[in-house]
Amino acid sequence: MIELRHITKRFNGVAALEDVSLEVKPGERLALIGENGAGKSSLMNVLYGLYQPDQGEVCFDGQVVKVKTPAEALARGVGMVHQHFTLVPTLTVTENVVLGHEPTKAGRLDLVRARKEVDDTCAKFGFQLDTGAVVRELSVGSQQKVEIVKALHRGVKTLILDEPTAVLTPQEADELFAVTRRLSDEGLAVVLISHKLKEVMAFSTRIAVMRRGKKVAEVVPGETSPEHLAQLMISLSSRERGEGRGEGPNQAPPSSGAVPDQPLTRPPATLSPLPQGEGTLQLTHLTAQGLHDLTLTLHPGEILGIAGVDGNGQRELAEVLTGLRPWTSGTLTFEHAPITRWTPHLARAHGVTHIPEDRLRRALITDLTVEENVSLGRHTQPPFAKGPLIDFPGRRALTTSLLETNDVRPRDPQLRAGGLSGGNQQKLVVGRELDSNPKVLIVVQPTRGLDIAAVAAVRAQLFTQRARGCAVLLISLDLDEVLELSDRVLVMYAGRITGEFTRAQFDERVLGRRMLGVVDA
Amino acid sequence: MILALLNSILDAAPPLIFAALGAVLSERAGVVNVGIEGMMRAGAFAAAVAALVMPTPLGVLVGMLAGAGVAAIHGWLTISLRSDQVVSGMAINLVMLALGTFLLEAVFNSPSSTPAITQLPLVFGHSPLTWLALVLPFVVHFVIQHTAWGLRLRAVGEKPQAVAAMGVRVGPLRFGAVLLSGALAGLGGAALSTATLDRFEHHMPSGLGFMAVAAMVFGRWTPLGAAGAAAFFAFGNALRIGLASSAPQLLEVVPKGVLLALPYALTLVVLSVQGAKNVAPAALGQPYDPELR
Repeated sequence: MIELRHITKRFNGVAALEDVSLEVKPGERLALIGENGAGKSSLMNVLYGLYQPDQGEVCFDGQVVKVKTPAEALARGVGMVHQHFTLVPTLTVTENVVLGHEPTKAGRLDLVRARKEVDDTCAKFGFQLDTGAVVRELSVGSQQKVEIVKALHRGVKTLILDEPTAVLTPQEADELFAVTRRLSDEGLAVVLISHKLKEVMAFSTRIAVMRRGKKVAEVVPGETSPEHLAQLMISLSSRERGEGRGEGPNQAPPSSGAVPDQPLTRPPATLSPLPQGEGTLQLTHLTAQGLHDLTLTLHPGEILGIAGVDGNGQRELAEVLTGLRPWTSGTLTFEHAPITRWTPHLARAHGVTHIPEDRLRRALITDLTVEENVSLGRHTQPPFAKGPLIDFPGRRALTTSLLETNDVRPRDPQLRAGGLSGGNQQKLVVGRELDSNPKVLIVVQPTRGLDIAAVAAVRAQLFTQRARGCAVLLISLDLDEVLELSDRVLVMYAGRITGEFTRAQFDERVLGRRMLGVVDA
Repeated sequence: MILALLNSILDAAPPLIFAALGAVLSERAGVVNVGIEGMMRAGAFAAAVAALVMPTPLGVLVGMLAGAGVAAIHGWLTISLRSDQVVSGMAINLVMLALGTFLLEAVFNSPSSTPAITQLPLVFGHSPLTWLALVLPFVVHFVIQHTAWGLRLRAVGEKPQAVAAMGVRVGPLRFGAVLLSGALAGLGGAALSTATLDRFEHHMPSGLGFMAVAAMVFGRWTPLGAAGAAAFFAFGNALRIGLASSAPQLLEVVPKGVLLALPYALTLVVLSVQGAKNVAPAALGQPYDPELR
């Protein structure tokens, strides 16, 4: 049994963990839940030796142990599978698994024996993996299996999984949970870090809830509900955030008021009727690098969702639509007029705006101030400029009102954009892009890494835009999000569209199969 | 003529091959090493000076130690202090350039060279370092591809987090690779001052270190490829000498400077032709910070 006793960890004076105690028992499946930044990962990083606690201690079977490195954690039987895989893409599965404790014969790496040993481990726990394959060529689901096999091969007794399903299709997630059940039957302790309440309820034998660096509750799944868990996760924080919130988020038609009580329920099905006739933006047999023969129409007043596993052409699609990527054949039509030249500048001029996937790379310049960032893209136009000169008062006024309507905190136009939290950065980006009243909105992963309150605010904005008649293309790797927000969903696989579903046809299983390229008979 | 050309390649290639192998070791571990030039200079100087007071083979060893010592500075700056790897390498080059010139003046009271030493004795008509340069690429290849240390080296250059997660310490692993890199660069420098010539000259290694880095890129960060590329560059050098001696009338048409620039121009041409097909280690140039995810 492992005990974490009164752990406190600070980063630059800010407490990431405050007096947290937790037990992990053999054979159990413990879920650790909480919002982003609640301290779930930090706590497990302490157990895994990646962070040193400022106060508190780690006990293995009643013995206080200082875990200084992951090597020591591994030696004590603790393995961790991170959200971002720690695999070497250019090496084979076997090489990745044996890295750090390689079998050798007379100084020479014995890959034959290594592969046999790894195959044995896979067989023992029921993993099907080609151990000779190069990791780069495996699917994300298989790469995750490699991560787990890596830990099991070291003979771990406690396995920590950090947000394991974030990158998986529903089928792959099911498979993962079947595996973890088998592991706990074998007597291993499995710790799942997650914020998806549905899977937590299905997976765990015990649930620990964290909020703002503290453990606030411990429950068993039979005595709780997703709604109750959600309340435990956010009640305090969202009440605080809810005070004095601007009008923006609350105006939203379907999901307003859903923030504190039922953050994960879908909006009611009373959606505006789908508009008839031809739409605003059309692709016809369009082929570009990474995209094959795409035909799709984006109508005004709808949210069109793109579902798919990461790396199946979603990024490329967004880049084509926003003018960042040229296409080789096919046509792009905007308001019935074929487009021949399409650059980010022209796209913006036509009213097509972009909320990119990576806000730090494509949306914000972190070393510039908030107001400077707000002016980006429109910096040559009023109210940001007067002729060739910057209009400082105009920029300040617009920024101030934008921070207010979008509830960006703190409301400081002169703060470095990098000084904002992720959620506030995203609200700033969303606010900036929507301020120009776009006709078309290309949104990629709009809520990644945000806490529940910020997620709700961003989603509400999307609904507001739809109600305004804006055409919204939503690309997200989170299938739940796509299904929750979209009026219509296209599934992408290997750069092609492999399915189209209207809201009435939404079925996770069917979509999941299409996401894997399986076409139903 | 062809035999003469081959012989001159065999004589010109070893410094480049050793230095290119050194560059491979460092960069495969994820540490950019443009300081090869400075490490070669240190090796050349130290070997020539040491050979004045001890047998020349021992002098070569001293040259390797000097290269490793300079590499230790590079490792300390870039691995321990996580400073910019390119800047550190260039700083090392500048310091070594100045230090070599200064020591020539201060110790030997000469602006051009150290006193002559006994060259390494010839084996089958060539310096023993030539034969070593033929074998060493295969040794380095074996170490990188077929030993546990080599596997870790490849892994740490691609994804240091993976190596750390498996309980191997990134810092010492990279430091070892950089030290070896410096020792090989030092060996390359020593080959210049104990085999190619019989003394340290003020201009050594006159850009060979940069050419070695280019050879490593051309050879796609593999020991055999880098050594092959180094031999190719040496061929350019040999061609220049060969052209100048076998066809002196050429010098009346082509300015001497153009011939001198031939190996360097060849380097540029090769790099521009190869262009984007390079396959550098993924984590090259990135300092490793364990608490940064």
